[in-house]
Amino acid sequence: MWRTVARRMVIMIPQIFLLSILVFLMAKAMPGDALTGLLDPSIDPASLEAQRERLGLNNPWQVQYWDWITKAFQGDFGQSFRFKMPVSDLIGQRMMNTIWLSIVTLILTYLIAIPLGITSGRYNDTWADRFITGYTYLGFAAPLFIFALLMLWIFGFHFGWFPTGGSVEPGMKPGTLEYVLSKFYHLLLPALSMALITTVTTVQLLRSEIIDTKQKDFIVTARAKGASESRVYNRHILRNSLLPIAAFFGYEITGLIGGTVFIESIYSYPGMGELFLSSISLRDFSVVTALVLLYGAASIIGALISDITLSAVDPRIRIK
Amino acid sequence: MRKTYAEVPGVSIGSRSPSSWNILWRELVRDRLAFVSLLFLGIVILLVYGISFVLDQEQIVSIDLFALKKPPSAEHWLGTDYGGRDVFGQLIIGTRNSLSIGIIVTVLTGLIGVLIGLISGYFGGTVDNIFMRFVDFFMILPTLMIVIAFVTAVPKYNVVSFSLIMTAFLWMGIARLIRSKALQERELDYVQASKTLGSSHLKIMISQVLPNLSSIIIVTMTLNLAANIGLESGLSFLGFGFPESTPSLGTLVSYARDPQTLESRWWIWLPASVLILVLMLCINNVGQALKRATDARQRKG
Repeated sequence: MWRTVARRMVIMIPQIFLLSILVFLMAKAMPGDALTGLLDPSIDPASLEAQRERLGLNNPWQVQYWDWITKAFQGDFGQSFRFKMPVSDLIGQRMMNTIWLSIVTLILTYLIAIPLGITSGRYNDTWADRFITGYTYLGFAAPLFIFALLMLWIFGFHFGWFPTGGSVEPGMKPGTLEYVLSKFYHLLLPALSMALITTVTTVQLLRSEIIDTKQKDFIVTARAKGASESRVYNRHILRNSLLPIAAFFGYEITGLIGGTVFIESIYSYPGMGELFLSSISLRDFSVVTALVLLYGAASIIGALISDITLSAVDPRIRIK
Repeated sequence: MRKTYAEVPGVSIGSRSPSSWNILWRELVRDRLAFVSLLFLGIVILLVYGISFVLDQEQIVSIDLFALKKPPSAEHWLGTDYGGRDVFGQLIIGTRNSLSIGIIVTVLTGLIGVLIGLISGYFGGTVDNIFMRFVDFFMILPTLMIVIAFVTAVPKYNVVSFSLIMTAFLWMGIARLIRSKALQERELDYVQASKTLGSSHLKIMISQVLPNLSSIIIVTMTLNLAANIGLESGLSFLGFGFPESTPSLGTLVSYARDPQTLESRWWIWLPASVLILVLMLCINNVGQALKRATDARQRKG
């Protein structure tokens, strides 16, 4: 097992390296450089050139790449010209919001998926199962941004049950109970909109796992030994069907990355996704490159977690 | 022309096993939901391409200062947007553009994916290893952010570059699937027999292995079409899809990012949202029915 983990970690190194090169080249291709926007446009070209030389913007690209990547590993991504502050501080402020959003979404996803999946799998081909399958069909096809928009329209504006933007009521003091509650209240509708869509694949998976497990020999044996129906389901079937669900946990993380961008934009929730979109439209490229790198790292880690859990659950697919 | 069994005297038609196309079609017609979806899709496509032939895109996307933010009326069926542009006309043209880009991207990703998957799976070994490490790398990229970043980085941005950017980051799924099927296929007797007879690798891949994978390719491409339309409208919704002058369904939905429009002018964004939802649902229905058809255990009859 540990050898698999170690091997899998080694694969990550070239992936991160390639990702950083891609992100760097992308940043180079974008119009403007670190000086654009920092300086007064009326400055004379000669001193601009001197500044370029001093900042190393005239060096060959591999030298620039090396400077950039060594700084990035120390957490220095340069300055954001829009906020006039270091990029790492800026991202630090926003990151916790996105992480909370993701955690609440994940919890809701499983809170919805497990009861629905169990009902649907245990009583398959009843009306309850048909209803749940219908929901998964719809949820599978519905794009997240449209669903989130409808939720905002109905519950945010029409009924006014939830706040329609921001992450906390203005004027609250951090650390108080009210502050935490207000944060949670602002989180709930965005997280629920995302969870109701992302949960669909887990429900489908759990349903088919339970239906498959129901017909296995060991279940027949358990019944023949006189185990009660609830014991058969809770102890024998559920345990075996939940393992594949656990293995898909890593994929859920990678799925969240794209999802939070839409959700944060729709609910104007101040997280990393919202920062990414506003920075890219204002050409604040030092923030953009840092965020793409971070999101890439997050998705590499998501893939790592899913591979490790998969191999922990199913020994057949360990890397040899 | 090769002779089919039906043309050979003495062999009755009934002994011929149905082709994979026939099976797909039969299952599709038998599944009522999928058949209705297919019909609906056909009608939408005919209507949209038909009407947009008559409509003038230039005229629809040009700003009319005398008709800003009008509610629905006889002249403007779904009202006008903040620039006085007719929403119904934008809806028709937007649907056409979204469908077209969806189809283009699906075909392009399909071509690349099938080619790479087939080569990788058929040859196996080192070739497979190299290709798959390449695919692995693309798989871990945060697709949405990278596509958005490329869309802003590309100079002279237009519809062609948009579809190429989307294609560049979406071909991996189908490549992986085809590769795993081709890996199974190459172990089968017919491939070995064909090799023994001296057929070239190219001939085995294209004229023998590929036809056996055709049904799975159709299924995946149908499901991908829905996903691509969703992604394109999502990107246009965020403002990183089609350029300004070419409306898409996502562009219309993006007007709802203005809280006032979202709250009180539903006729601008709701029809487009519902249309995206219904289109994706229908394409998915057809795709799922085809998927069932390719799996003999799940067929309805």
